[in-house]
Order: sequence, then C-alpha cells, then structure tokens
Amino acid sequence: MHEMSLAEGVLQIIEDSAKTQNFSRVKTVWLEIGQLAGVEIEAMKFCFDAVTRDSIAQDAKLEIIATPGQAWCLHCAEVVNVQALYDACPKCGSHQVQVTGGNEMRVKELDVE
Amino acid sequence: MCNVCGCGAGETTIDGKAVEHGHGGHFHVHADGTAHDHDHSHDHDHNHEHAQAKHMHYHLHEDGSSHEHVHDHLHGHDHHHDHAHDHSHSHADGSVHYGLGPAGAHAPGLSQSRMVKIEQDILSKNDSYANDNRAQLAEHGIFALNLVSSPGSGKTTLLVKTIEALNGQLKLAVIEGDQQTDNDAARIRATGAPALQINTGKGCHLDAYMVGKAMTQLQLADDSLLLIENVGNLVCPASFDLGEAHKVAILSVTEGEDKPLKYPDMFRAADLMLLNKCDLLPYLTFDADLAVANARRVNPDIKVIRTSATSGEGMNEWLDWIRAGCKKAVDRKSIDGR
Repeated sequence: MHEMSLAEGVLQIIEDSAKTQNFSRVKTVWLEIGQLAGVEIEAMKFCFDAVTRDSIAQDAKLEIIATPGQAWCLHCAEVVNVQALYDACPKCGSHQVQVTGGNEMRVKELDVE
Repeated sequence: MCNVCGCGAGETTIDGKAVEHGHGGHFHVHADGTAHDHDHSHDHDHNHEHAQAKHMHYHLHEDGSSHEHVHDHLHGHDHHHDHAHDHSHSHADGSVHYGLGPAGAHAPGLSQSRMVKIEQDILSKNDSYANDNRAQLAEHGIFALNLVSSPGSGKTTLLVKTIEALNGQLKLAVIEGDQQTDNDAARIRATGAPALQINTGKGCHLDAYMVGKAMTQLQLADDSLLLIENVGNLVCPASFDLGEAHKVAILSVTEGEDKPLKYPDMFRAADLMLLNKCDLLPYLTFDADLAVANARRVNPDIKVIRTSATSGEGMNEWLDWIRAGCKKAVDRKSIDGR
C-alpha cells in the first residue's frame, strides 16, 4: 500500500533530523516494520530508492527490522503470535484477538556522517 | 504503477532495475582492467550473526562471458552494520579484485560515521496534522466521519440520501476525495449542502493535511456534521488518520463476501460497516451473514448496519447512529469548554 508516501515520510524525518543533528549524508537507514503494518517490504525499498535520489540519503542502504505480529487473545488471556490481521488465535481458534504488536512502522536509527 | 502507493510495484522497473534489487550495487574493478556492477539481493536481519558464511555471486563481464563464484563473508557485522564490504573476490581465472565502496576509494579505518537514534513513526507527520484536525473538530463540537470503500460501492448515493434525510436537522458539510473530477462534489452540492472536492491527482488517499486545508476553506459550522468521502480504495486510506471520529467502511453486496478478509487493514480500522445495496440481495448469491462474519473475524468490535439507499432499508439506524455521534460531540464540547 502507499509505500511511496511512507518513503517520503521517511525522507522527511531524515531531512528534519539532519538539521537538528547536523549531518550531511546518510549511509544506512533502519526501519522497524511490523508484520501487520501492511507494508510491502520490496515496494518500500523500491520507493525509498526512488524518493532519496538527489537527497542526502541517496544510495543509503535500507535495513528492515521486522517485528512479529502479536495479539492478545481474550479467551486464552495471553499474548499469542499472529501472521495476519484476520488470524485466529493459534491456541484456541477464537477470533476474539486484539493486535498488540507488529503494526509499527518507524524510523529507528541512522548511520550518518 | 500508482505513483503514491507503489501498487503494482512488483512488475515495475526504474532505469531498468527491477524492484527486487534491494541493496546498493557493488562495483568491482578487475586486475585486468575490466569492471562490472552487481547487486546483492540478500536480506539482513538486524540482530544477527550471518547465518550463511558463504554466498554466491554471479558476474557478467563486459566481454559477455560470465561466471559464478562462492566466497566467504568474513566481515564482522557488528550490531550497527558498519558495512565496509571489504571482501576480496578470488576468481576462477586467478584474478583478484576488491569490492570498492560507493565513493570509489578504499580508505581503511577512515570513517566519520555515527549513529543517530530517531525512533519516530513514519506517519508521525500525518498524525500530528490529524491531531490538529481532531482538536479543532472537538473544539467546535463537530462530528466527523471518514467514509471509505472500494469504487462503486454506492458511497456518494448513500451520502446524498443521508444529506437529504438530515436536511433541516443538522448542519453539515462534505469533503469529497477523488483522483480527478469534481463530479461527486457537484452531486452533493445539488442537495444544497456545502461540498469541497479534493483532487488527489496521482494520490490514492486523502491525508490529514489536505483535510485540514479543506476544513479551513469550508468554514465549518459549530455543532455540525462533517462527512469525508475518501478516495475509493480499500488499501491506502486505512493508514491515514484524518482526525475523524470514526472510519465507516461501506461494502456493497455486489462485491465479494470475502472483501473484509482481502482488505483486513481497512475493516480493522473502521468502527462501522455499512452493508450497502441490500435491496439487490434477492437477485444475488451474496451471503450477507458470511460477509458480516468475515468483517468480525478481522475486527470483532465492528458494528454493522445493512443499508440500501434505494429502498431506504437501514437508513433510520444509520441516521440515528450519526445523530447520536453528533450529540456526543456537542456534549463533549460543552464539558471541555467549561
């Protein structure tokens, strides 16, 4: 979905922090992308390459930290791992699960100079 | 490809490079003076030791010949990936070359790099605009709904009927989102309600900034209803908070019962699902109960109303739901305002 907008968001965050942190080139960008965030990693890499052209992040490497999908099962009363938003609880099969983790998309850190 | 969301990016290339080339290219100069580029397509996990110590390189030389070789990855990969990639390549023909960095120079030990902690949500910019919108709406007691669906679900017709039914009871305004044309805003304006069309151009969703601008331009009345009809798209609008009180997903019975499973993000983000065009059910094989069950699989808390703009089925329940929301917004304003 909308990976181009997300990549532009990443670049904006980089450019904002370049001003405050005083750097002129970004070598590596670490993104934390949850398994349930709805972000297609390959599309993200493609869009990142496209939007960072002629920016301080040109040729920067994009490293993705994938975080697993987790949900709270109301029946089991515990945190379980889920692969998708519509997954049933792997233990009891209930769909009464609330996603608790794995939907994050954030810029974690940068390797800069 | 959709320029904004990257839909269909899998088949797309830029400058002839396929999308799958995630890593920056490596540039090699051979001892015999020939040079070539190649891309690494291996993925790195973050906190890791390299699981495989060896990997394959496939080289295509300028003279047209090619070779494959396996080499050991001996670089240390500390936590922060200081990727110097100083692996030397031993070729079958006996020549040796060094992987050169992007700067084209090998400078051992020379680096001014440092790590900068960011820890910022990618959507934080949008979210801060959305929070501004939400605060402004709350201050004026305005109840805002973000209507999302696939194209052709009957959103605009339902809106027109809704506006006609609420005429004289509630002040309301409409923001219409479409890639092109202001046909929808014109349809809304025909009912007498103020409507503003946002054309997103190549964009596939409305964002909070656009909506904030539109809100200012519309000069929304206090204690009113704001209906935002998003771009017909079940994917991208799910992630973009506009500052609305609720997302309302509209699914028409001429679509598939499994749409909530196919587009789970949207049905999870919505608080209400309108199962629309229900007057057509006798002519279709659509299983309405299954559609509702599928929506609840994705979002156990989702409220469902079966509607038909044509027959009027469910319209009262939908209108009551809107009125209740508006009353709540007004009540909350007077509490907060005290």
